[in-house]
Amino acid sequence: MAELLQVTGLCKSYPAAGPWFRRRRAVAVDDVSLSVARGRTLGLVGESGSGKSTLGRCILGLTRPERGSVLFDGTEVQDLSGKARSEFRRRVQPVFQDPWGSLDPRWPVGRSVREALDCFGIGTPRDRAARVRDLFDRVGLDPALAHRRPDTLSGGQRQRVAIAAALASEPDLIIADEPVSALDMSVQAQILNLFMDLQSDLGVAAIFITHDLGVVEHVSDAVAVMYRGRLVETGDTDQVMGAPRHDYTRTLLAAIPRPRHLA
Amino acid sequence: MSPVLDIAQAGVRFGTGPAAVKDVSLRVAQGEIFGLVGESGSGKSTIANAVMGLLPATARLDGSIRLNGEELVGLSESALRVRRGDEMAMIFQDASASLDPTWSVGDQIAETIRAHRPVSRAEARARAIALMGEVGIADAARRYRDVPHRFSGGMRQRIVIAAALANHPKLLIADEPTTALDVTIQAQILELIDRLRRDHGTTVLLITHDLGVVGQVCDRVGVMYRGELLEVATTEDLFTRPAHPYTRALLAANPAGAVRGSRLPVIPQEWSTESLDAANAARDRRAAHG
Repeated sequence: MAELLQVTGLCKSYPAAGPWFRRRRAVAVDDVSLSVARGRTLGLVGESGSGKSTLGRCILGLTRPERGSVLFDGTEVQDLSGKARSEFRRRVQPVFQDPWGSLDPRWPVGRSVREALDCFGIGTPRDRAARVRDLFDRVGLDPALAHRRPDTLSGGQRQRVAIAAALASEPDLIIADEPVSALDMSVQAQILNLFMDLQSDLGVAAIFITHDLGVVEHVSDAVAVMYRGRLVETGDTDQVMGAPRHDYTRTLLAAIPRPRHLA
Repeated sequence: MSPVLDIAQAGVRFGTGPAAVKDVSLRVAQGEIFGLVGESGSGKSTIANAVMGLLPATARLDGSIRLNGEELVGLSESALRVRRGDEMAMIFQDASASLDPTWSVGDQIAETIRAHRPVSRAEARARAIALMGEVGIADAARRYRDVPHRFSGGMRQRIVIAAALANHPKLLIADEPTTALDVTIQAQILELIDRLRRDHGTTVLLITHDLGVVGQVCDRVGVMYRGELLEVATTEDLFTRPAHPYTRALLAANPAGAVRGSRLPVIPQEWSTESLDAANAARDRRAAHG
């Protein structure tokens, strides 16, 4: 079976600071290739500046790579236009660390979710209100909260709304960039459980971008480790976490703070 | 031996709101790294600010806070100012917020020394360079003149630590000192704090949300929840025999220790910070709409 997402030889650089006559380019993503199968979760790990978020943005089509290809369901993403592009946007949905950025502060949150349905023409206008209620149920939110504005919800509730909005278009792939990094441990556990439920119930594939190896280990089938723009190691989660091959992966694993007494 | 920090029945209330800290008592011994762990809104940073005398004017502080036997509650601002940066120092999550972006890092460390000690410029400069070397800044003499933005986040946190330790404080309060740093840098900073404690016998109050950090460097831990100190234990006991149900739930919710793909045990609703967070939001909204 063909992979759902196939990234090959992707490169992206940005102009670096310096005088114009010897301005270099900072390479953010350097010849990265990876793939995600249907219904699987790939954990994309790296420290700040490793290029993991730039890679995510290239896959989402928010940033244009300089070289390389992004094939989604067999079609080159960069060549999409018109209807095909809009269909791609429906099928690949982002979830970000900060739901403030994806929710309109003046709108009741139900309207933000409803907008995704309107935008992609999901269902008939008549049954969309019912769909919004179902989506709230799906992410474990009381549908009565749909009338609230984002500033009256907790951080975890806001992230659930953002996930509901991402699910509204019935996507095949969710690209979640540090979705639990801003949440308390008790709330983080709930959101991670939600992601795992979505994967088993709906079969949504996901790329989980995070700096937190504990999170990656828990939710991912496969792991890709990035370091300074390069993919230094990929493999099954058990293999990468249990028997890392690359020095950097070993350094990263060794740096996780652990209780001395249990080590 | 008498403790360096002795907090007894401390309570903090902001304005007319509910108590942010309720009846907290704890003692930190000489040379100990004491971890204060909790989720957002638990009051852990409020305790740190209370010790440093950094609470806003609207806050009301009850109880007693003693530093080496001396009562800090009720001291005047000028008296506290003499003690801050000298007997006690604090570092924060965001190192750049503690540094003046237009001023060389070396001068900022030297200034901390000269604010409390009658030493010459040259002496303060030499001492600042020695401190920069001690916290692991390579080629410290040359980098003395560099402004903060020429350093990475981890290096800036080292400079802030150097400034905090400039006058050999008895107590160092570190409020989420590694939260904004990458894990590999975090490991280096934790190692640095541990080494400084061993070399100088500095007492450290480490405030964090991260149980992994607690486990790595702390000798004893206090667990905070909604302003209350639920439990104080040695680090080993906390991880092997947590006494309080909330502590047990918090440990279980950590994905790092769980079986992959298994559902994480969810902290019971009454312990979840989510209900608290939403309740606060609703209260703020009521207040805003008058």
